Amino acid sequence: MIVEVAQQITNEKVIPCRAELDETEEFPREILREIAKADLAGLYIAEEYGGYGGGVFDMVLAMEQFARGCVGVATSFAASALGAYPIILSGSREIKQKYLPPLASGDKLAAFALTEANAGSDASGIQTTAVLDGDEWVLNGTKQWITNGGEANFYSVIAITNPEKGARGASMFVIEDTDPGFSYGHKEKKLGIRASATRELIFKDCRIPRDRMIGRQGSGFITVMKTIDRSRPGIAVLGVGLAQGALDEAVKYAKQRIQFKKPIISFQAVQHLLADMAIETEAARALVYAVAAHIDAHPNNMSKASSMCKVFASDVAMRVTTNAVQVLGGYGYMRDYPVEKMMRDAKILQIYEGTNQIQRNVVGQELNKEYN
Amino acid sequence: MKIIVCLKQVPDAKNVRLDPKTNTMSREGVKSIMNPFDEHALEEAVRLAAEYGGSVTALSMGPPQAGEMLRGAVACGADAAVLVSDRAFAGADTWATTYTLARAVITLGGADLIICGKQAIDGDTAQVGPGLAGRLDLAYASCIKKVQEVKDGVIIAQRMMDDGYDELEIPLPALFTVVKEINEPRIASLKGKMKAKKVEIKVLDAAGIGADPKLLGLAGSPTKVDKVFAPEARGERTMLTGTVAGQVTQLVEKLEAVLNA
Repeated sequence: MIVEVAQQITNEKVIPCRAELDETEEFPREILREIAKADLAGLYIAEEYGGYGGGVFDMVLAMEQFARGCVGVATSFAASALGAYPIILSGSREIKQKYLPPLASGDKLAAFALTEANAGSDASGIQTTAVLDGDEWVLNGTKQWITNGGEANFYSVIAITNPEKGARGASMFVIEDTDPGFSYGHKEKKLGIRASATRELIFKDCRIPRDRMIGRQGSGFITVMKTIDRSRPGIAVLGVGLAQGALDEAVKYAKQRIQFKKPIISFQAVQHLLADMAIETEAARALVYAVAAHIDAHPNNMSKASSMCKVFASDVAMRVTTNAVQVLGGYGYMRDYPVEKMMRDAKILQIYEGTNQIQRNVVGQELNKEYN
Repeated sequence: MKIIVCLKQVPDAKNVRLDPKTNTMSREGVKSIMNPFDEHALEEAVRLAAEYGGSVTALSMGPPQAGEMLRGAVACGADAAVLVSDRAFAGADTWATTYTLARAVITLGGADLIICGKQAIDGDTAQVGPGLAGRLDLAYASCIKKVQEVKDGVIIAQRMMDDGYDELEIPLPALFTVVKEINEPRIASLKGKMKAKKVEIKVLDAAGIGADPKLLGLAGSPTKVDKVFAPEARGERTMLTGTVAGQVTQLVEKLEAVLNA
């Protein structure tokens, strides 16, 4: 049922406007509203907070469809969930009651703010600080490349609350877009996923009530790790959906493109290319589904599986979209066909939410622990 | 306000093939869909019920598999669904169909408002809506493109015309048919689909609607189809070239030649 609904939204609302959204770099607010009207905005939120109560697997099924249409749109949807996960995983009942219902109804959007100029792959480089002053936290610093920045209504932000404690000195907070001292900076111009908004968040003596902290003081990094363990299959599945979209376009084209008096799909060189694209896409899908089901079974450790599927599916998406452009040849390189956008969109999947190199580090470190 | 919306299951026009020998539609293996105009009727019914209060019952006459389409209607917001289905209805033309639907509406206790699509894409007659209104003696308007207001037992609506629109006051109870311009049908929501999965589709047969068997199906249908054929392609095409004045002269000459022949 989730697939059917997401599929219809993708076919009727996403695919017809993806080229224009890419061209104009316009945020897909209208599409997100359609997603909410179809009850998918709260897919991952518990029923008691107005959601559907689904798990990672449910999210993966919906996002695969959205990504088949447009990874920019799918990223905007996913980024809101990423902003909500810290609240879901570590937030108090009061915080959940305040912030989750409007997300589930689609009235509001969230975002997740970790990255800074000096804290990319090395999250310990965070310089944004939060200092308690009476009953208020005062934040100072700048977050960059924040997906849904400027569009979201509230942000899960990590800041250093005790510089001496290292990784245990960071805490998470909810910042609302109307908070005093909070403003938006530069909006990025990107290679791909141009429908999604990527922007700086600036905190200048930004004062928020004390109870806006998510979880305990010093638990910020744990919350971040728990969040991205669960969200990586979501990024992986964007790769699966994207690869499927590119494969669909490539096969459709190869069947109707005539060269040497035959459709080019009848040439083995093209057939094998398409076959490899299909095989890799299916393998990525199987891995992502398996990992999503594994995570929904609440295992003690999910980092290795979660990283594995993110690396594999995003690398597959890069190869499959590149080969889709190859199958379409000169036409594939032109903006009149959707595959050049797909190839541009694919690259980010290997970079964001932990580069694929960092993911391999995670897998390597887990292997090192396992074989003691 | 009690609203009934009439829905017809039709073959998906994208996949329809004609049997070259009989010239009839080959339905085998063709997906069935809700008649596209009826999707707009359903959307308008759901929208009006939400705005002015009331309930929406989706009504269809058809074979048992039309039940699936009715589930789709519930997923898109209908409160209840009724399928009028009996082998005795087979072969009905629009006359017998309107009789059957009228009996069903009476069995359901009538309605304040009945909404239909302006026509079905398979038969294309556009007769069932007005026929049903006639049988039930309801106020009737076709091709509604906008409902402006419902108040004091009157619907104020716009009827699409070739060169603009008429503004109408339609007293309730009434039946109107809609054009596609009236709204954009919603995508069935997840909660809607879950509700639709569980909903019980009420099925009424010929006895259940208290129908006279003589007036049903093929027996009750005065329409007789003598022959079905595809019209042959006509004549040759000539493109006129040259200046506009020259083309007009050529055209007049050609027309005169035809008239004088």
